[in-house]
Amino acid sequence: MPKKINVLNHVLVPQHIVLSREDAIKILKKMGIKKKELPWILASDPAARAVGAKPGDVIMIIRESPTAGKSITFRYVMPG
Amino acid sequence: MELYDESTKVVAGLKFGLLSPEMIRKISVAKIDTPELYDEEGLPIPGGVMDRRLGTIEPGVRCATCGNTPLNCPGHFGHIELARPVIHPEFAKYIHTLLRATCRRCGRLLLQPDKIEKNRKRMEALGKHWIMLKYRFAEAIQKEAASINSCPHCRAPQYKIKFEKPYIFYEERDGILVKLSSAEIRERLERIPDEDLELLGFNPKDARPEWMVLRVLPVVPPAVRPSITLESGDRSEDDLTHKLVDILRVNQRLRENIEAGAPPLIVDDLWGLLQYHVATYFDNELPGIPPARHRSGRPLRTLAQRLKGKEGRFRGSLAGKRVDFSARTVISPDPNIGINEVGVPIDIAKVLIVPEKVTPWNIEEMRELVKNGPNRYPGANYIVRPDGARIDLRYVKDLEGLAQTLKPGYIVERHLRDGDIVLFNRQPSLHRMSIMAHIVKVLPYKTFRLNLLVCTPYNADFDGDEMNLHVPQSEEARAEARSLMLVQEQILTPRYGGPIIGAIHDYISGAYLFTRKDTIFDKNSASQLLYIAGYEGDLPEPAILKPGPYWTGKQLVSIFLPDDMDYVGRASVAPASGQCDEEFCENDGYVLIRNGKLLTGVFDKQALGAEKPETVLHEIVKEYGTEKAREIMDTMFRIFIAYLDMHGFTMGIDTIEIPESAIKDIEDILRKAEEDVQKLIDQYLSGELTPMPGKTRRETLEELIMQRLAQARTEAGEIASKYLGMTNHAVIMAKTGARGSMLNLTQMAAVLGQMSIRGKRIERGYIDRTLPHFRQRDLSPRARGFVYSNFSKGLRPTEFFFHAISGREGLVDTAVRTAQSGYMYRRLANALQDFYVAYDGSVRTSEGFIVQLRYGEDGVDPARSDHGRAVNVDKIIKKVLARRGEK
Ligand SMILES: [Mg+2]
Ligand SMILES: [Zn+2]
Ligand SMILES: [Zn+2]
Ligand SMILES: [Zn+2]
Repeated sequence: MPKKINVLNHVLVPQHIVLSREDAIKILKKMGIKKKELPWILASDPAARAVGAKPGDVIMIIRESPTAGKSITFRYVMPG
Repeated sequence: MELYDESTKVVAGLKFGLLSPEMIRKISVAKIDTPELYDEEGLPIPGGVMDRRLGTIEPGVRCATCGNTPLNCPGHFGHIELARPVIHPEFAKYIHTLLRATCRRCGRLLLQPDKIEKNRKRMEALGKHWIMLKYRFAEAIQKEAASINSCPHCRAPQYKIKFEKPYIFYEERDGILVKLSSAEIRERLERIPDEDLELLGFNPKDARPEWMVLRVLPVVPPAVRPSITLESGDRSEDDLTHKLVDILRVNQRLRENIEAGAPPLIVDDLWGLLQYHVATYFDNELPGIPPARHRSGRPLRTLAQRLKGKEGRFRGSLAGKRVDFSARTVISPDPNIGINEVGVPIDIAKVLIVPEKVTPWNIEEMRELVKNGPNRYPGANYIVRPDGARIDLRYVKDLEGLAQTLKPGYIVERHLRDGDIVLFNRQPSLHRMSIMAHIVKVLPYKTFRLNLLVCTPYNADFDGDEMNLHVPQSEEARAEARSLMLVQEQILTPRYGGPIIGAIHDYISGAYLFTRKDTIFDKNSASQLLYIAGYEGDLPEPAILKPGPYWTGKQLVSIFLPDDMDYVGRASVAPASGQCDEEFCENDGYVLIRNGKLLTGVFDKQALGAEKPETVLHEIVKEYGTEKAREIMDTMFRIFIAYLDMHGFTMGIDTIEIPESAIKDIEDILRKAEEDVQKLIDQYLSGELTPMPGKTRRETLEELIMQRLAQARTEAGEIASKYLGMTNHAVIMAKTGARGSMLNLTQMAAVLGQMSIRGKRIERGYIDRTLPHFRQRDLSPRARGFVYSNFSKGLRPTEFFFHAISGREGLVDTAVRTAQSGYMYRRLANALQDFYVAYDGSVRTSEGFIVQLRYGEDGVDPARSDHGRAVNVDKIIKKVLARRGEK
């Protein structure tokens, strides 16, 4: 049986966090945007699967940025 | 504005679908069934493809359908009843999917009824919000259904469908390929129920699949396929007309044969021919079939060819249009006009017009313009009366009298004149600085004139370059151009934090010579130079009083610097950091500005150069604004050129001459290197050479030889450089960054060095040698492209050839690079053109989807940044300390 690999441990994969419903609403409200305006991520995306995201969830991605140092962005999870 | 009244309508949406045969007949105004075009008298035959009912394009004839003149008749469609159905080639792909996913007998989707129900529910749910996903889902259903080989509804066995491009279908029945006729395909498509089609991603209301097999063909009106009358009086028809005639001819023969009960073989042949003609009518570049040709052998340009490609309707006619109010001519330099200005030839100024409304305040001026008319500059070409009537002044006899009738409210379309704003452009327009707004200065002669400082953003030179000019026609456009696009607003490039407009070439040489410590001026020359810059203030206190008043170049430059400016930096001519004694630098390379006075250091590329960030010039634009920067470029920079004229600056063959003894030294160095290389080759041949890690012995040898020869060239260059000092004009250009490099100079004075292809010594050509002038397997430097000569002495024939090889490689690389980057840029521009930065700082698509939550993740505008950073703390500290007199 092939060894299960957690993609999140790879250096090139940024940190993915599934937000709770309340947190997601709070953050989106603060930014003044709706879920649907966010970029999408498929639920079948390896990183999304690794954090157990389900369609309708919002994922927070924290990554190193050459311009901003640390950059936080969000993805809306799509069925697929 | 009357222009936008009433006719304004909002497009709510666009829907694409297929035309049903009934719809085609309903649209049609005439059934076309005769292949003949005209009768003996040359009149269109009714029922032919030039039938008058389809609308006419001949002047003086009225349309038989709508009664309009050719100008007002939009043209009307006709139709051809095809004797047998044919496949529409653009939809063959979809026909293939449908045939594979549905039952050959009952037409149902090849999935279990419960599964169909489940998928339908899922589809409905997706259809509400995720239309894109709906189609992805449909694709999955298509795939799954295609893999089933027995119908779950009627138990009929399913065969594999083979699709042969562009429009032939076979069914593989027990290993035998059976061709499916278009009629059979059409019947199968007809049997697919609407509900199943929805699951397959089709909208049966707008696109029933059997409509993809044509029984009726629409005939486009002559308006889109006009015939032209040649000088000889013969008529020449459009390619589409030819194609329609072909279709009609075959269609007629096919019908006759069917009615006469001809054998199926003949009918099938004609049917295939009809299919071919219809297919090429839509697209004459279909893969797998020969293109239909004209009698001359030229391939016909049919419907798809009209739309596709660079010259096609989309890229050629819609995305790129020819425009009015524009001009194009050769460019030439003019250092005496401002950077914001553009010199426009008077002949062009008389053609380009600006509409100006007549008011009580300008009426006298407008009258003068009208009096001058279209031929005398400054004049006017048209008058537009408030009732909308245009008067062409070319045909007005009494201009004087007309001028008196001018009243407020009239519009005078006057000639372009000094002070007007125009857009100036040089292709390729790769960044936003490729189109900038300039202020017109009308000049004699036939070329556009531009200040040399704007060559960098346009990437222009004067070896025959041409540029385009556009005159904005509305007040809004002019205001936008002036405040956003004016040259001075483009000094800082958004590519990186730094000025793209700045000193180049002679400006740099001039600035260096002018600001050198030993450059001093008496009252006359100082006044002369300041006058050229347009300076009207007082002279500062002279730096030298005895034997008379003298001013230094640094003093004169300081006149133009902002009074409170502080700056510390290093010039191009300064030795590498660590070896520089700052204020006591031997090359005067420590640039120190305190309270707007240049105290030490010279101005060169590192102070004022174009495309150099963190320089004196960059500091001025950022801290004192674009207006100050413009002022300096129009005044101080002009002095540099004027001073270069005064001083004299030139280069000749003697500029790169070095003494006989130096030439001997260089020859010795090269001889020594040659001996060393020979030793390496001997070691290699005797097997004593130990290979370097990861390399073969041969690669090791090459590496070592290249190293040794490079070292020899460097040493030879150093010897030559000893005799090429800062009094040498070529060296001044190289060291200040004006033009050329020390390498260029040593190649002229000392030795060219190794010529290379793909970073290796030259090794190809003949068997085991580069040229027949050498022995086979000769590895010596001379036989492998090392050039011992210099440009001054001239190259030997073999050396010249090696040099040409290397030079050609450079040219090919550039050509390939520009082609590749050009295409990449096109794709990027098309993909990104609708993105914008919203007011909340996010980057969004035109639909409002977020691409980045903050522009560039940090929200920093690179043009206003400090070399990409929002703030440069080091620089601020340095500046504060300098102000306090510390270090
Ligand atoms: Mg050129
Ligand atoms: Zn008509
Ligand atoms: Zn069936
Ligand atoms: Zn120094």
